[in-house]
Amino acid sequence: MTGINLIFWFIAILTIVSGSIVVLSNNLIYSAVSLLFTLLGIAGLYVFLWADFIAITQILIYVGGILVLIIFGIMLTHRITDVTLSQSSNQQILGGGIVLVIFLGLSYMILNTPWLQNSAVEPEETIKQIGNLLMIDYLLPFEVASILLLAALIGAALLSRSSK
Amino acid sequence: MDLNSYLIISAILFSLGLFGVITRRNGVAVLMSIELILNAANINFIAFSRYSGMDFSGHIFSLFVIILAAAEAAVALAIILNIFNNFGSINIDDANKMSQ
Repeated sequence: MTGINLIFWFIAILTIVSGSIVVLSNNLIYSAVSLLFTLLGIAGLYVFLWADFIAITQILIYVGGILVLIIFGIMLTHRITDVTLSQSSNQQILGGGIVLVIFLGLSYMILNTPWLQNSAVEPEETIKQIGNLLMIDYLLPFEVASILLLAALIGAALLSRSSK
Repeated sequence: MDLNSYLIISAILFSLGLFGVITRRNGVAVLMSIELILNAANINFIAFSRYSGMDFSGHIFSLFVIILAAAEAAVALAIILNIFNNFGSINIDDANKMSQ
């Protein structure tokens, strides 16, 4: 049991440290690469929470899709001569103070609320239940999501097309 | 590793993302911070789903959050590219006009 705890805290610290590099680094490429490690760590947390299908989806869509898109965005929005790919931040002290207050309030709320907790056995497979829910209870949101993805596809292609 | 540790990790990630959205001025960096916030919400969904007796509705919700994040990233990057073409930089403080 202690080995599992060790792995869990390793993944948690990896997630948080690389997440702070994402928001604090001055080099955008470093930010994107540490976002990769944050997303992988979050996928590891999903595995600890018995959500293997969501973990795989996270790796496929976030790491394989969104992160590549973000790196494309970084590369396309900097001039070739601008080798540093740096960026500036402002009002860090004021923003940090506000965020610290929000974080302390959240932690106080989390630690002082008696959360509803039911014991559960580890499911043999999660894909079957997710498929049942998607096809029976959540069929309308599922279909709406497909229309949304089509609209986003057309909208993104229309917006990024170079005007004549 | 009980429910509280997952919620604290998620709160830390949410605060980091909020800090990035407040302080960063580069559009792509703001987008990355928004991804952190969405992932923090996803961890909460999955953690509550696991500790409330393995209710799979939380999995469905986080699946939809991932779908929306993909659509949002595509459209946001298209808008950022347009801002870059129109204004010459993606400092979001400069982009305060609808057209140049």
